[in-house]
Amino acid sequence: MQPIISVSGLTKTYASGFEALKTINLEIRPGEIFALLGPNGAGKTTLINIICGIVNPSSGVIRADGCDIVKDYRAARAKIGLVPQELSTNAFETVFAAVSFSRGLFGRPANPAYVEKVLRDLSLWDKKDSMIMTLSGGMKRRVMIAKALSHEPKILFLDEPTAGVDVELRRDMWEMVRSLRATGVTIILTTHYIEEAEEMADRIGVINKGEIILVEDKAALMNKLGKKQLILHLLDRLDAIPDELAGYRLELSGNGSELVYTYDAKGEGTGIAPLMRRLSDLKIDFQDLQTSQSSLEEIFVSLVRASP
Amino acid sequence: MNLHAIRAIYFFEMERTWRTLLQSIVSPVISTSLYFIVFGAAIGSRMTAIDGIAYGAFIVPGLIMLSLLTQSLSNASFGIFFPKFSGTIYEILSAPVSYVEIVVGYVGAAASKSILLGLIILATARLFVAFEIAHPLWMLAFLVLTAVAFSLFGFIIGIWADGFEKLQLVPMMIITPLTFLGGSFYSIDMLPPFWRTVTLANPVVYLVSGFRWSFYESSDVSVAISLGMTAAFLIACLTMVWWIFKTGYKLRA
Repeated sequence: MQPIISVSGLTKTYASGFEALKTINLEIRPGEIFALLGPNGAGKTTLINIICGIVNPSSGVIRADGCDIVKDYRAARAKIGLVPQELSTNAFETVFAAVSFSRGLFGRPANPAYVEKVLRDLSLWDKKDSMIMTLSGGMKRRVMIAKALSHEPKILFLDEPTAGVDVELRRDMWEMVRSLRATGVTIILTTHYIEEAEEMADRIGVINKGEIILVEDKAALMNKLGKKQLILHLLDRLDAIPDELAGYRLELSGNGSELVYTYDAKGEGTGIAPLMRRLSDLKIDFQDLQTSQSSLEEIFVSLVRASP
Repeated sequence: MNLHAIRAIYFFEMERTWRTLLQSIVSPVISTSLYFIVFGAAIGSRMTAIDGIAYGAFIVPGLIMLSLLTQSLSNASFGIFFPKFSGTIYEILSAPVSYVEIVVGYVGAAASKSILLGLIILATARLFVAFEIAHPLWMLAFLVLTAVAFSLFGFIIGIWADGFEKLQLVPMMIITPLTFLGGSFYSIDMLPPFWRTVTLANPVVYLVSGFRWSFYESSDVSVAISLGMTAAFLIACLTMVWWIFKTGYKLRA
């Protein structure tokens, strides 16, 4: 299957000398939701901005649906919609005018019926005559999505779409992204939230220090990431882990006051119940317990740090 | 050619004018009318004619040019500066539009507003001062050429400026003094020889002179030179805009 976006040998060095991207090679499949993860300053936004035409590449070739983004920029950009991370809107425009403006800007003839459909799909129709400055942050985010969809793009970039939005709106966004994908739109999103990537993405890419360090199917990745930890705050300190517990992946921390059990949350059995019974048999009591899971980003950043 | 994009940018900018009618049209018309009342109708009646033209009528072309220059600059500079300031420039840069289309949209709208304003001021002046226009087509040609050239200049300022202070710097510190000293209120023939020579270095002199010629067939410098200087300024601005887009100066990293 021909990729809808192909990035080959892409580099970006800013005038200051900062090397933001180091030889990026990446292919995005048509119709997929691709989540691009990475810490702040990893190069996510630079990569997106180059593909969308906002930043010039230093070298490399990028094709969007077969069109070179430099040589055939008109055709390439017409296929792409972008929702940037910042809430940048024309504060004094009405919602309908702003979305119609975007449609025209991307070379599409006026089509009030289509704009109405987009606004209705995003629950913005009753705000169509409102000035954008009067809308809430969540509504403004929707307006930006409506603007990005106004010219019927085949590819949609969402740069941190749920940054700073409440849980309810985040769920709405996820639903909207799924329905967009159902219409055949390819979606590339950046996020810091593991649950977001887990909820929506078909594939996940990780970028760090300007390099793509991993691209995998979500299912495969989640298996790798399905490790959780159960931390038991003991009533009495332990000097060492008893031999009877040797079959469990246990560690002592906090000077023996915490017993940490690492388990596979995606496995057939977590082993928590047998462990609890064993602890009870051994008269090892605890006053509190908690579970923790590293974020996707933390895990991959630690992987990068560990790599040469 | 992405005509839909040009149309979108043009009407988006024009819409801003209608939304801010008081500031965009009414305010400059009123302030220029005050000049006509004070220097034309009141003081002008006590002043001697210049080159056979009543003083009130003499200052009409210069005052229209004053508004035309300042409004072309401010309209065009604000038009491109504000998307940079608010962050919405991302949409322009990621759209399938060429540099030419962006410039035609923004500069076209800024020049249209200025020309419209110039014509309204011209009509308003007629209420206070009697004058004739000897060459209406040349008058329109000067109006359009100047509006386009200074809208291009404003576009350059809007891209160069990274704050509101810089945005106001050139119009307030350079253009307004040049306009006042460019023969809007007097003929440069009235100046001592030294200052007359110095004044000839002021590009606004040629704009005002050429524009005044289209009204009264009387000018401080040759009409051909006025036209040539206006065209040269236009070409210089076009070259600068071409360079900005070629290098991505303050637009595309």
